[in-house]
Amino acid sequence: MNAVLLEARAIAKHFGGVKALTDVSLTIRQGEIYGLIGPNGAGKTTFFNVLTGLYHPDGGDLLFAGEKLEASAPHKVAKRGIARTFQNIRLFGNMTAMENVMVGRHARTHAGVLGAVMHDRRTTAEEAAIRRRAEELLHYVNIADRADDLARHLSYGDQRRLEIARALATDPKLLALDEPAAGMNGTETAGLRELIEGIRRDGITVLLIEHDVKLVMGLCDRVAVLDYGQKICEDVPAVVQKDPKVIEAYLGGSVA
Amino acid sequence: MIGAMVALTVIKLLAASGLPVFVIILVALAAAAAVCMAVGYTIERIAYRPLRRAPKLAPLITAIGVSIILQNLAMLIWGRNYHAFPPILPTSQHEIFGATITSLQVAIVLIAALMMTGLIILIHRTRLGRAMRATSENPPIAQLMGVNINQIISFTFIIGSALAAVAGLMVSANYSIAHYYMGFMLGLKAFTAAVLGGIGNIAGAVLGGILLGLIESLGAGYIGDLTGGFLGSHYQDIFAFFVLICVLIFRPSGLVGEKVSERA
Amino acid sequence: MMARQSLFERLRHDKRAAIAATVLMGLALAVFPFVIGSSLGNSWLRIIDFAMLYIMLALGLNIVVGFAGLLDMGYIAFYAVGAYLYALLASPHFGLHLPVWLIIPAGAALAGLFGALLGAPTLRLRGDYLAIVTLGFGEIVRIFMNNLNAPINITNGPQGISGIDPIHLGGITLAKPLTFLGYAIPSLHAYYYLFLALALLIVFVTIRLENSRIGRAWVAIREDEIAAKACGINTRNIKLLAFTMGASFGGVAGGLFAGFQGFVSPESFNLMESVMVLCMVVLGGMGNIPGVILGGILLTILPEVFRHGAGPLQIAVFGKILLDPEALRMLLFGLALVVVMLYRPAGLWPSTTRRREFRGESATDVLKEGE
Ligand SMILES: Nc1ncnc2c1ncn2[C@@H]1O[C@H](COP(=O)(O)OP(=O)(O)OP(=O)(O)O)[C@@H](O)[C@H]1O
Ligand SMILES: [Mg+2]
Repeated sequence: MNAVLLEARAIAKHFGGVKALTDVSLTIRQGEIYGLIGPNGAGKTTFFNVLTGLYHPDGGDLLFAGEKLEASAPHKVAKRGIARTFQNIRLFGNMTAMENVMVGRHARTHAGVLGAVMHDRRTTAEEAAIRRRAEELLHYVNIADRADDLARHLSYGDQRRLEIARALATDPKLLALDEPAAGMNGTETAGLRELIEGIRRDGITVLLIEHDVKLVMGLCDRVAVLDYGQKICEDVPAVVQKDPKVIEAYLGGSVA
Repeated sequence: MIGAMVALTVIKLLAASGLPVFVIILVALAAAAAVCMAVGYTIERIAYRPLRRAPKLAPLITAIGVSIILQNLAMLIWGRNYHAFPPILPTSQHEIFGATITSLQVAIVLIAALMMTGLIILIHRTRLGRAMRATSENPPIAQLMGVNINQIISFTFIIGSALAAVAGLMVSANYSIAHYYMGFMLGLKAFTAAVLGGIGNIAGAVLGGILLGLIESLGAGYIGDLTGGFLGSHYQDIFAFFVLICVLIFRPSGLVGEKVSERA
Repeated sequence: MMARQSLFERLRHDKRAAIAATVLMGLALAVFPFVIGSSLGNSWLRIIDFAMLYIMLALGLNIVVGFAGLLDMGYIAFYAVGAYLYALLASPHFGLHLPVWLIIPAGAALAGLFGALLGAPTLRLRGDYLAIVTLGFGEIVRIFMNNLNAPINITNGPQGISGIDPIHLGGITLAKPLTFLGYAIPSLHAYYYLFLALALLIVFVTIRLENSRIGRAWVAIREDEIAAKACGINTRNIKLLAFTMGASFGGVAGGLFAGFQGFVSPESFNLMESVMVLCMVVLGGMGNIPGVILGGILLTILPEVFRHGAGPLQIAVFGKILLDPEALRMLLFGLALVVVMLYRPAGLWPSTTRRREFRGESATDVLKEGE
């Protein structure tokens, strides 16, 4: 069995009276595709936000690659090697696709004001490397032909792909995807599935929130189910699918 | 500012007519409010409505443009001099708790209280008020629910302008003076008070206004003592800003406003 | 439209055409003051000199507002800091007469420091709130300059500081006509060249910054702060950097202003000036360098055109001056602001059209768009 990459211990988060997360613990291993599912409002996105430092948890802690993850410093989390996409796509709309991915390189590059103005050899080399890597990534997610278009002019599916490319640009160890297939048609979803499998082959661990049950069950090695902020099940897809508690959560909730 | 100037003109015209003071003031108020409402409505129609979907700084620039236009229009009409407020109002003085208060000031406080009560009732108890709150919360959804947001926003401008007109008259009555440039600092302080209380909250705005007034005058009075005579009372205006900055840094949603955390 | 598009395309692809255009442009800028000076007179040359200062200011504010998306309404405070520093260090007021090459960088640094001081507490604020706080900061700086004449006289209060040393470089003073290769170059011309050189330097720095890791981080914060954080951008530091850089440009312009004018007083740094610079940035085309330069030039010149035009025009039409020309001029100016924003809400020269122009949409692109 592979080493543990991420360990969440008893994470809690509430908003006023709403307990979005209670005592959520899970472990994600190096190289796996780990699914996080649950009915609407179960707390999946909240878990992502705690994980990436956007929300300060009200309890519990996170261990990433054996070290504690400091809360409330999203840019440090990115630097440690956790990248994410957003449920309601958050691209830099008035920047080109290319520039979006180049921004993703920020954490791994160093040029400051002086370098930018003087264009010394190190800065120009770094800038060229950023550009090259961004081009590679646009090819990788298959939207190289849209490189010079503004992000907000891309189609929905392409925007999702661009967000993944931008996340990959940070050289993550763990890639967290929040409903990447939402709003995609069958062909686009099949393409996305191939893309995620490719990412895993390249050695990146994937944490996937998704409502598309077929996609999750076909793609994930293990799945955790959240309901009303609590983890009710964690196992391989075949077992999770048959778990009475999971069936109850989905059928008992408003979303069948 | 326009309100004050219009009211002043009307009062000056009528002062000689021998009508009772009460009637003159009422007519002046009505005229001022009417003119301001018309101006407010026109501005909203011409300068803001077409820009509702434009980049967010565009309306700011038109707002600046409009205020430059109004100010200079006022200057063309009324000239660049200070206008004295005609002394038609009775000014009896009263002693309360050792402070001297004129009857005029009492009247101002009463009118202000009256207007605020009216506004609160309007916003919280009427259909129109509900539509206004819905529009400020989420315009497209409000529109889907059948609210005519154009009408509502126009109406908001009209009410706001009328209130400003009354306030303008009160300010110039209190200081016995009116000037084409008088609106600027007032507008700024109005905003400060609104932010201080929490935007979108009338009770908060009232509280903010009162606090700001108190802080300013007390601050100006005591700043010399506090700093050992280093800073004098000319620093009065600094106080308003200083308070504002502190409030915003420690309580970004104002004193009474609810905390809203940004959703990721 | 077509002609401009093809011109830009040519300059991008053809090195020789680009060099030729640069040389032509340089020549035009070099003879420009002589043309203006002899045709319109010295008062217009002064206005052109001021336009250069305003371009620097607009480019500085553009970093904060246009790139990083932080609405700063008290920007003129940094101009004031630069100007007062020059005034204090090179005038009879304290009897100090330090050289320009020392004061201007010091002014940039001090203004940058003030920028960071303003930036630090406001980092969490957004939109309207940030605008009001920065506006308050600008007013606080002005009020201090107005009142710091007692108990110790530092700023000389509302009277301001006069008799400031003119700018002199290496023993040459720009206050008197220079002789260069046997030609006499009048003082206003010399200032023009100096300001032009510094404005070009600032343009250069801004362009370099825009196309750098830092510039991209600024725009990313403007577009979506949360996504920017998730990309590993330390938004606090990068925003502070925007405030500092923008402020330092303002400090440079302020120092030059003090040396050029020979006199500074708090009145030159009131809120209207901040608003003016903001208008230049937004009206020209926020975030787009050529647009901002255009905005700076137009908004310096337009009020002057109205000023010179308002009186004579009335005499021509009505035979006498009916309306106060000063008010009329501002009236027209306000009108111009409103009209431009109504018809071009993204500014006169916004950056997206530039991108489309550079890319040169081909027929297939258009087809794809239509799918
Ligand atoms: N910033 C916030 N402020 C207040 N409540 C919040 C906030 N973010 C989330 N919540 C609440 O926490 C609960 C969990 O929300 P979350 O977005 O994590 O659900 P989710 O599992 O991602 O649902 P979905 O499948 O709809 O995306 C919900 O009840 C939501 O309303
Ligand atoms: Mg979610």
